[in-house]
Amino acid sequence: MRRTVIFKGWKLPILLLLPQLTITALFFFYPAGQAIWESLFIPDPFGLKSQFVGTGNFEFLLSDRYYRNSFRTTAVFSISVTFLSMGIALYLAVLADRLIKGAGIYSSLLIWPYAVAPAIAGVLWLFMFNTRVGVVSWYIGLLGYDWNHVLNQGEAMGLVVLASSWGRISYNFLFFLAGLQAIPKSVIEAAAIDGAKFWRRFRTIVIPLLSPITFFLLVVNIVYAFFETFGVIHTITSGGPQQATTTLVYKVFSDGFVGQDLGSSAAQSVILLFVVGLLTVIQFKFIERKVHY
Amino acid sequence: MVEKKGLSYWLSHAGLILGVIVIGFPIWLAFVASTVTQSEIVSPPMPLLPGGEFITNYKEALFSGINAPVALMLLNSTIMALGIALGKIFISLLSAFAIVYFRFPGRQLFFWMIFLTLMLPIEVRIVPSYGVVAQFGMLNSYSGLIFPLIASATATFLFRQFFLTIPNELTEAARVDGAGPVRFFFDIILPMSKTNIAALFVILFIYGWNQFLWPLLITTDPSMNTIVMGIKQMFPSGDDNANWPVIMATSLLAMVPPVLIVIFMQKFFVRGLIESEK
Repeated sequence: MRRTVIFKGWKLPILLLLPQLTITALFFFYPAGQAIWESLFIPDPFGLKSQFVGTGNFEFLLSDRYYRNSFRTTAVFSISVTFLSMGIALYLAVLADRLIKGAGIYSSLLIWPYAVAPAIAGVLWLFMFNTRVGVVSWYIGLLGYDWNHVLNQGEAMGLVVLASSWGRISYNFLFFLAGLQAIPKSVIEAAAIDGAKFWRRFRTIVIPLLSPITFFLLVVNIVYAFFETFGVIHTITSGGPQQATTTLVYKVFSDGFVGQDLGSSAAQSVILLFVVGLLTVIQFKFIERKVHY
Repeated sequence: MVEKKGLSYWLSHAGLILGVIVIGFPIWLAFVASTVTQSEIVSPPMPLLPGGEFITNYKEALFSGINAPVALMLLNSTIMALGIALGKIFISLLSAFAIVYFRFPGRQLFFWMIFLTLMLPIEVRIVPSYGVVAQFGMLNSYSGLIFPLIASATATFLFRQFFLTIPNELTEAARVDGAGPVRFFFDIILPMSKTNIAALFVILFIYGWNQFLWPLLITTDPSMNTIVMGIKQMFPSGDDNANWPVIMATSLLAMVPPVLIVIFMQKFFVRGLIESEK
């Protein structure tokens, strides 16, 4: 559609853009530029001067066992969170979609955990699994299993995955339910009359028609697991034990602020910049396709 | 639907109720913990039904807290969340209007400058952002909490998409009536954007309220803490037992505003979620 109302002049539009441009320049381009600049230097321990090292920080990072591990940790964590939260959400959405009445009530009851901050979700799950006072860990103990996520790396990862997936179920549920409800009922009914049972209908009609939403949610959830779960990790494990739950984003923080290794932290920011860029391109490519449907 | 009230119908209900219970359990447990005494919690298993200490615990949290009174943290969070939501809506409305309805040199360049911010969330550029804010002397201040989080293009993008769908007939009518850009903005664009603004407000308020890492870094003074990050500060650093009743009361207080917004503005919330991901 061509818009016919276009105003001329350049003073007013620049004035209108000025607030956003100023904030973007000061709080986005300036720090982002600094990250790129600093990634090329190693500051001395007193922060008085820094030495140019070129790609040294990057080379060191890529040869660092902990950093390479943190890539694997991030992958395991993001994939687990994505599949767990999407799986449960799809299951609940399919159930809600089968109801003639009441789907609305269940949605209301299921969507509000979205509003709970990741950091608070972390506190809630930490409380349930706390090694000393946790209710769930106590009952697991009765069954003869000694839960200790403070020492056990696998259990620590499991707990941060659970806590991160919990609040995310609401979001995925909402999109899956909207997707399911958009499938024309006549198609399902026609298949039912032809004798297709529930599973067959689900496999041959629902899954293909749901695939655009599923793919969209895959990307969005991976982005979420990458960047928005800092609060969960920080409250439950602080990246431990032995960096078993240190994701890439957590490492930027812990190396930069706790370890005071600014050059390395800046180099990590730059590497993450490329990861985000890649994810954004995938997201946009997909959105382009969705618009053309 | 295809299936009528058979076994599978009741199984669907049972499955959903189970889902609601499992998802609600962490909150229920937090609520119970906020109504009992510390000694009931530290000798596990803690009770699963509420006790009688509701008023004592919430009063202690709200008015004395552990590092700072929670009432103060609630105020800080409210200012931060409102500042982020309103600030972002304000600057995005203006810039999207300029980009869509004007032709001027540099338009494409500015457009890309703004949209580049989508590429780098604050978590990634956290160390240099901290440096910049410290340099401007904005640590422990509301402007330091708010401004760096406004520097993102999501809302601008959303308004731009929306403006592009406003039909020409409407905008032309205003044009024929001789409205200049300012009149046009206030008489046509702003009233038409009302629903979008409300939807965006809900999403941005929750986004602002739930910020954790940024306030954790720049508010070293407990009286500037926001509630979501303040909870982490309530845990003792050593081996001591945490004051669970007060911590859990604070967690619930931290959840109430955004959850209420989601429940009472559900229509806008759902719309906002779906719009902002388009």
